Amino acid sequence: MPEERVVLRNCQVIRPDRISTYLARDGFKALAKAREMTPDGVIEEIKTSGLRGRGGAGFPCGLKWELAKNARGDEKYVICNADEGEIGTFKDRYILENDPFTLIEAVAVAGYAIGAKRGYIYLRAEYHYLLGSLLKAIGQARKRDLLGGFDIDIREGAGAYVCGEESALMDSIEGKRGEVRYRPPFPPTRGLWGKPTIINNVETLMNIPQIILNGARWFSQMGTERSKGTKVFSVSGDVRKPGVYELVLGSLLRELVEDLAMAERVKMVQVGGATGRIIPYSMIDTPLSFETILGAGAITVFNESRDTIDIVHKTLEFLAEECCGKCAPGREGTGALVEILGRFSRGEGETRDIAVVEQLSQAMMLSSLCGLGQAAPTAVIDTLQHFRGDYENRLREEQGGVTA
Amino acid sequence: MSKPSGRVSTRGKSNKNLLLLLEEAQNKSGYLSQEVMSKIARSLGSPISEVYGVATFYSFLHLKPQGRNIIRICKSLPCFLSNSDMIISSVEREIGIRPGETTADGRFSFELTNCIGACDRAPAMMINSEVYGDLTPEKISGILRSFE
Repeated sequence: MPEERVVLRNCQVIRPDRISTYLARDGFKALAKAREMTPDGVIEEIKTSGLRGRGGAGFPCGLKWELAKNARGDEKYVICNADEGEIGTFKDRYILENDPFTLIEAVAVAGYAIGAKRGYIYLRAEYHYLLGSLLKAIGQARKRDLLGGFDIDIREGAGAYVCGEESALMDSIEGKRGEVRYRPPFPPTRGLWGKPTIINNVETLMNIPQIILNGARWFSQMGTERSKGTKVFSVSGDVRKPGVYELVLGSLLRELVEDLAMAERVKMVQVGGATGRIIPYSMIDTPLSFETILGAGAITVFNESRDTIDIVHKTLEFLAEECCGKCAPGREGTGALVEILGRFSRGEGETRDIAVVEQLSQAMMLSSLCGLGQAAPTAVIDTLQHFRGDYENRLREEQGGVTA
Repeated sequence: MSKPSGRVSTRGKSNKNLLLLLEEAQNKSGYLSQEVMSKIARSLGSPISEVYGVATFYSFLHLKPQGRNIIRICKSLPCFLSNSDMIISSVEREIGIRPGETTADGRFSFELTNCIGACDRAPAMMINSEVYGDLTPEKISGILRSFE
């Protein structure tokens, strides 16, 4: 399946500091068209398109908007999640660098659809260098009165991976520790400051203007049955051409990793960053879709020289460090996994450790409060399935292991 | 459920939003001293523990004085695969301190950080809010030289 430019259509084409170059590419026509439709009509179009969230969870975008629109309350908010912290992900950075205008227009369309007057872009602290150009783009749109009664503010994070989780993100905007909330209630009914709120990833929103302009049917022709449109991938690791690639959903992992990014001697691919799946080379022909594997589109490639335990140990160290600490399965579970994996990396694993890891992983998946804790064991479980020998080689010698 | 804190903008002048107040205070004095945190707690009528809780949650908020320039080297997997370890040791050699420390002359603070979203240019680091990618040990001294 081909590369396609929907989300990235303006990247490297327009000038991110000049709104006139965006207007010349149908800029703000989608917002004008949306305003001629009813909010219900806009939401219906998004629902029909089949657009699902690109931040990793894949929740149907139109449904989220509908819940917020139907929620009672005169004050509502749109939040764009630009807290791109997943390891190996840089697509949103690329989008923000190259085309801030489409995002701004999309936030305004979302505001119109759900009845919000204000939107926030939550920008991660590490992307502070993008703040100036984003503010400039918003300023240019305001000056030409393109946003109507809608206004957009940027709120900067302060260095916390977990704030990419939507409920932690809202607590952070409210000025608190970015700790995950219990749900329900969900944000569309009670979100920011208790008001109905939608939170969409940068890439999800980037699709909106094109769907409004070209229609839901155009969009839903691309992709698979339950994964419509395209996906933007961030490819890095052991590849000759790291970078951002946009492919029609359902394209094969092999096309992305070998044909486009030119990887060789691949051992495994981590799809979706630290909380993502680990795919052995034998499964390189897996399609990239919500039905199979996707996440937020981080693709980290490891060649045959890489050590499985190293990769999993580092992944868990990261998650333990960034866990917000509110729930015990997340806080203690990630800590215990780091400790056990540390033993394996030193060649001091015990046979019973493997059973403990498997049991602990089940508990974390079932009982953690948010996606971080629930998905934290993924790398361990996948590698125990596909690379179990790499663990067995790190058992203590007297347990039958071969020390490295 | 807390009450709306009203209109707050990026360079926030909000007098209710704890995180914004901490960010403002740090912009002024470079770090968050006990006195500053106590003052903020009093102004909000909040317990100091709440202020301390937020101040220690975020990695870009500092409780100790920092150097004039902050070096953050990415330690996450994509950079690790591109030998970030070599970059870390050459920065250590160049400025004579380890991660978590500040040089005696206050020129640099140095820390390791998680993914900064520059994996296409790995190994990468940030100095203040600038990103430096495709690093090699040879490039380090030249880059650091431009910081006073």
